[in-house]
Amino acid sequence: MIRILAASLLAFAISAQAQTGPRIEHWRSNSGTPVFFIAAPQIPMLDIQVVLDAGNSRDGALPGLSQITHSLLNTGAGDLDADAIAQQFEDVGAAYNAEVLLDRSKVSLRTLVDPEWREQALATFTMVLGKPKFPETQLERRRQQMQVALKKLEENPGAIAKQAFYQAVYPGHSYSSPIVGTEDSLAAITRDDIEGFYRTFFASGGAIVAMVGAIGRTEAEAIANRITQALPQGPAPNPLPPPSAVTEAKTVVIPHPSEQAHVLIGQQGVARGEAFHFPLYLGNYTLGGGGFSSRLMQEIRNNRGLAYSVYSYFFPLRHRGPFRLGFQTQKSQVDQALEAAYAELRRFLADGPTEKELEHSQNSMVLGFPLRIANNASMIDYLSMIGYYRLPLDYLDTWTDRISAISHEQIVTAFQGRLDPDQMITVIVGGQSQP
Amino acid sequence: MIFRLSFFSLLLLAFALPNATLAEPSKVFTRTLDNGLKVLVQPDTRAPVAVQQLWYGVGAAHEPPGQTGISHVLEHMMFRGTERFPGESFSHTISSLGGRDNAFTGRDYTAYYQILGRDQLAIAMEMEADRMQNLLLAEADLQKELEVVKEERRLRTEDRPEASAFEQLQATAFQNHPYGQPVIGWMSDISQIDQKQLRDWHRRWYAPNNANLVVVGDVDPEQIFEMAEEHFGAIPRHEITPAPRRQEPVQKGTRNVSLHIPAQTEYLLIGYKTPVMAQLPKKQRWEAYALSMLTSILDGGNASRLPKRLVRDRKIAASASASYSLYSALNSLLVLDATPNPGHTAEEMEQALLAEIAELQAQPVSETELQRARAQVIAHMIYAQDSLRHRAYMIGMLETNGLGWEVEQQLVDGYQAVTAAQVQEVAQRYLTDYTRTTVTIHPLNVAKVPAP
Repeated sequence: MIRILAASLLAFAISAQAQTGPRIEHWRSNSGTPVFFIAAPQIPMLDIQVVLDAGNSRDGALPGLSQITHSLLNTGAGDLDADAIAQQFEDVGAAYNAEVLLDRSKVSLRTLVDPEWREQALATFTMVLGKPKFPETQLERRRQQMQVALKKLEENPGAIAKQAFYQAVYPGHSYSSPIVGTEDSLAAITRDDIEGFYRTFFASGGAIVAMVGAIGRTEAEAIANRITQALPQGPAPNPLPPPSAVTEAKTVVIPHPSEQAHVLIGQQGVARGEAFHFPLYLGNYTLGGGGFSSRLMQEIRNNRGLAYSVYSYFFPLRHRGPFRLGFQTQKSQVDQALEAAYAELRRFLADGPTEKELEHSQNSMVLGFPLRIANNASMIDYLSMIGYYRLPLDYLDTWTDRISAISHEQIVTAFQGRLDPDQMITVIVGGQSQP
Repeated sequence: MIFRLSFFSLLLLAFALPNATLAEPSKVFTRTLDNGLKVLVQPDTRAPVAVQQLWYGVGAAHEPPGQTGISHVLEHMMFRGTERFPGESFSHTISSLGGRDNAFTGRDYTAYYQILGRDQLAIAMEMEADRMQNLLLAEADLQKELEVVKEERRLRTEDRPEASAFEQLQATAFQNHPYGQPVIGWMSDISQIDQKQLRDWHRRWYAPNNANLVVVGDVDPEQIFEMAEEHFGAIPRHEITPAPRRQEPVQKGTRNVSLHIPAQTEYLLIGYKTPVMAQLPKKQRWEAYALSMLTSILDGGNASRLPKRLVRDRKIAASASASYSLYSALNSLLVLDATPNPGHTAEEMEQALLAEIAELQAQPVSETELQRARAQVIAHMIYAQDSLRHRAYMIGMLETNGLGWEVEQQLVDGYQAVTAAQVQEVAQRYLTDYTRTTVTIHPLNVAKVPAP
């Protein structure tokens, strides 16, 4: 036991040092789009992310519209068809991807920096972003693919629970738009809808470009100019209206022929950039975010053996993103696990972390900071987030100081300010299989 | 496509870097302690962090019938404490130092890892050495943990149609070979694992001479060797009695399984018994590279045959993929799978996939396809440098599976040497009606999907 004490003393000594992040270079491309760049000369590769204000909360009346638009980008662009696009990328080992999140979307490229290989990858990437043709035949194919994806989600009690959770926490707001759409919306989406979505939400005014890799500033500028000039030139889309508050507790039960019931508890939490975000983030480490060390893990998994996975987190978005607590357990244990989860939540809301828990969580985050930015893949994700949410450029440099400065009182105030166990949404899906 | 850059010059690019220690990014320093523990270190100075992984040469493939899942349950119990570090203090200490820890069990190995600041390695090593010998395995903890593992099985397998199908594929293809056993274990086996069996399993396999310690990160190899000596050096070696060899009887024809489970779409899986590198004599290793190349030609990116032909051109499949475990310890399966689009059936998926195999047997693949697969292998070798965890994983897995870490460095050469004739030859030899098992999911209680 002496060893642990020594270790925690050591941790204290180290946590006094402030830690800074990587050097972020920032400028605007010649079409006015913000660019964020970190030079990482060690590995001869380059990551590029074009971040768009085009997440599935922009689906409007047609859920699935963002996803289908993004999935069609590489199926025909300029004079290239789907086969040619795939070959152009893969002949030079480049990896292309398009990912839709709630607020934003990310169209990304990973390529080697060798000039000829990179040029082929970049030319194709620019074409895909700037001259997509959304061919009718490919649209029909994607439509079918998404119908199958929708079916697959219906097999999955966890996915059903997530959808029901968002619908109850964000009723009538586009944060509850199902990412793969609905049967009706998938049938209804037309090529015009897709072109319209592209023109509005891929506009250079709403985009940012993030890059990490083994290139110099001059090259980075040229690449950013080329990409952003190819995007539809236009202003950022109108801001997404905020969700209205939900003040009534609600329990949603959905039958499903699974062995386990998937349980989600939560409500609207915090927006990215709000002062409450850091205290909530730190406090949640103790409640359900800190892996094997969290209270929920200790009580529900270790002490009672009720679940394999149990967690809680805040998911900050442009507007208040959800607080979510979740686990899966056999049907017969749902009540017992729910009771234990609510008891932990109420206890934490009343008292916050103990002094020891607070110290532990702060040490863990401060000492663990270098792990967050240890490779190119994690650095570009931070750039993408900082850029999209307009966070200060020194966000990473001040991160450990902000964590260290949080008091017990700030955590309790933030939790009580944002969570109310008497207004929670509870979703229970499945556990109806016959023994 | 003209190959604009030779493989050699591209690799030079990877090596000709400004940073001294990364000048040879693939360099691995090794030392074996007197008690047989092999220590492997790969420096990377990009960030002040390190990954430690301790690999034991025991997994699901070592388990006797009736005790399936015991390696994985032991992995869980390794986080339940020793006398010196009781309860959850292992993970708690790592997290108080800003690190993350976890473990994974496979068919051929059980591995424990920590990712943390480079200055915190000593405590991680001390605790790993302690639980190699002094695990508590308390009865009360075990009863709870068995329930946790059963929930894990419900989550990962019982409630996932495709995972259930994969489990059936392995169990049907292999009747005696231990890869027929699921890594997580059969539910009834998990229920009957007891403290004594776990104690025996721990004693039998957790020895320094049955382990590899891998460290990748901002570290000095000499210092790591000294640290390993300090913490692990005094642990005595002991004789490892290998699990009895369970030879698979010769398959006499195609095996078909129909799975009627709650699901929303039909789904098809095909597995072919195939040799792997570790089981092939050195001069026949090209077969493993050729099988891997064949898999890339079917499903190495969007330009490959399955996405192009089944998904884009014929539009009969919503998805189709292929995989092959080049580096597993024992002979395994080359697996194809497909999900039909609305209006199409699993039977059509089977016909389409078999037609692809027939074409590979009848006609040599094109030089363009070979070149594309090679380009991707080179690029992905370089991309993989970005993840310390992945690098440690490759070193630990290759060592534990008996291949040696050097094998990864030979992948580019191995791919470079594969010819179209060789791909055709392995397709003819191994992808036959007598090596094939098929599993089809027929959704229960779901109306037939309408025609488009």
